[in-house]
Amino acid sequence: MSKIKNQKLKIDIDHVARLANLKLTNEEKKTFESQLAEIVGYISQLEKVDTEKVEPIGQITGQENVARKDETRPSLSQEDALANAPKTHNGFFEVDAIFEEQ
Amino acid sequence: MIDLQNLTIKEASNLLSSRKVSAVELTEAYLAKIEKYNPSLNAYLTVNKSGAIEQAEKVDKLFSQKAKLSPLAGIPIAFKDMFSTKGVRTTAASKVLENYIPVYDATVVSKLNGQNVINLGKTNQDAWAHGSSGENSDFGPAKNPYDTNRVPGGSSSGSAVSVSADLALAATGTDTGGSIRLPASFCNLVGLKPTYGRVSRYGIIAMASSLDSVGHFTKTVWDNALILNYSAGFDTNDATTSQSKVENYAEGIEKGIKGLKIGLPKEYLDGLDPETKELVKKAAGFLEKLGAKIIDISLPNTEYGVATYYIIQPSEVSSNLARYDGIRFANPRDKFGAEAKRRIILGTYTLSSGYYDAYYLKAMKVRRLIVKDFTDAFEKVDLILAPTSTGPAFKLGEKVDDPLSMYLADVYTVNINIAGVPSLNIPGGFIDNLPVGIQIIGPNFSEKLIYQTAFAFEQETKFYERTPSI
Repeated sequence: MSKIKNQKLKIDIDHVARLANLKLTNEEKKTFESQLAEIVGYISQLEKVDTEKVEPIGQITGQENVARKDETRPSLSQEDALANAPKTHNGFFEVDAIFEEQ
Repeated sequence: MIDLQNLTIKEASNLLSSRKVSAVELTEAYLAKIEKYNPSLNAYLTVNKSGAIEQAEKVDKLFSQKAKLSPLAGIPIAFKDMFSTKGVRTTAASKVLENYIPVYDATVVSKLNGQNVINLGKTNQDAWAHGSSGENSDFGPAKNPYDTNRVPGGSSSGSAVSVSADLALAATGTDTGGSIRLPASFCNLVGLKPTYGRVSRYGIIAMASSLDSVGHFTKTVWDNALILNYSAGFDTNDATTSQSKVENYAEGIEKGIKGLKIGLPKEYLDGLDPETKELVKKAAGFLEKLGAKIIDISLPNTEYGVATYYIIQPSEVSSNLARYDGIRFANPRDKFGAEAKRRIILGTYTLSSGYYDAYYLKAMKVRRLIVKDFTDAFEKVDLILAPTSTGPAFKLGEKVDDPLSMYLADVYTVNINIAGVPSLNIPGGFIDNLPVGIQIIGPNFSEKLIYQTAFAFEQETKFYERTPSI
C-alpha cells in the first residue's frame, strides 16, 4: 500500500505500455496519464475496506475440478485455422524475423 | 403489410405456424425497415441480407413439410457483434477485427440456429463491450429511438436499438457490468443478465471472463423467457457453465407473486435522483398491490462496487486482449481505439509486479464481501428490486471526455456481475417521455421466479406498449 501512496497515483505509462505491447503517441500518453490518475484515485478507495480477515475469492460458480473426458474431438482444419491470418507460408502462420542476419 | 411495431415473438410465432405470414415475408419486412432506418440509427454493423433470406426459405420449406418446429422457428433476430457467426463478419465494433470472418459459431448462435431463427445481422456496440453509451464503437454510435440526440446505453447499444425500433424481434447481448440491463433501461426493453454460467460464453469475444454473462433483449417478458429456454445450458466448451437443469422459463409464468418477499436495498435509493427514486417506489407499490411483501434491506458493500469492478474488469480485459497479436488473425494492436487502450493500460498496471496485491488481490477480497451481501440478503427475501440506471438516457457526447463519469453510469448494475447473480431489466415507466427501467435481482439460478415476477408487473403496467415514433 505504501508504494501506491509514495507514487502519488502516477502511473509510469511508458513502462506499462511496454508491458502491454502498446505503442502510444505522446498525446495519448498525456491524456491517459491524467485520466488514469483520476481513475486510480477512485479505485484506491478500496483501501478503506477492512479485509484483514477476508480471503480473496477465486471464483463465484462454486464448481470444482471441472474436466471433460480426455477424448479426441474434431477440430478446425488447417485451412480454417489459417483463414484469417494476415500472412501465411506453406500452411504456417508467417511472422517477422526476430533475429537479424549477421 | 405486417405491423412490426406491435409484433412480439409470441404473435409472430402464431402468424408463422398458422401460415398467415411466411418466414420470407417476415424477414423481408424487417430487412426493408433496416434499410430505411439503419442509416440514421446505426444499429447494425453488418446486415446478413442474403443469408437471412436463405434461412427464411429453409424455414418455410420446413413449415410446408409440416415439420415439428420450435416457437423460435422463422423469428428474425440480431446478434451483438461479440458473437462469432460462421461466415458472417464479427468485429466487436473494433477496427482490430474490421475484416474478421469467424470459421465457427458461438455455442449460443448454433443453439439458436438449431431452432431455425433468422439471423438478420450483427449489431453495433461499444468496441469490445467497453462502455455504457455505445459511443466507444469504432464505427460511430447507435442512436436512441426515443430521442436520437441521446445514447441508447451500452455496451449492447445496437442490440437494444434494433429491438426498440423494430429492426429485429429480439437481439442477443453480453452483460459484464450492465451492458444488457442499461441499454434495456434506456430503450424500454426486457433485458436479461442471467446467472454467471447459465449460458455458454464459448465463441463470444471475451471481455472480463469472471464477469461476462450472455443474455438477450426482447419487448416482452414472455418472449425473453422463451429465448432462455434455448440459449441456456451446459457446454463442454465452457467449463464455467452449470450442469443444473434448464427449466421451462415460460411455463407457469402467469403464476403470480402472492406472498413473495421482495427486498428494497437502501443503498440503491439513498442519493438516487428524486424522479428515478419515485419511479422505483411506484414499482414497489405495484408489486405490493399484486400481493408481494416489500421489505427494506441493506447491501452494505454496495458503495465499493464500481471501484472493485474497475480493478477486476480492466485486469481481465488486459489479459484477454493480449491475444490480439496481429499474427493469427485480426489487425495489429495499433488499431485499438482509445477506450480499449485505456483499459489495457489500467489493467496491465493493476496486475503488474508490485501492485497486484494492492489492487487485484484486494478487489478479490472485497468481491467476497459483495457476494456475501447478496447471499445474506437472499436469506431474508426471495428477490430484490432496484433501479437499473441513475435516470433516463443521457445525451450523446455528454460523458465522452470524462471516462470516470462514464464508468459511474454502471453504479447500479456492476455489483450484480461481481456477485454473479441473475437480474432482469424491465420497463419501469417514463421520465420526461424517456423510458427508465427497473431491475429484479434474484439468487443464483432463480430466473424462473424472476420471470414470474416481471410478468406480473408487466401485465399490470404495460409500459412496453409505449413504443418510440421513429
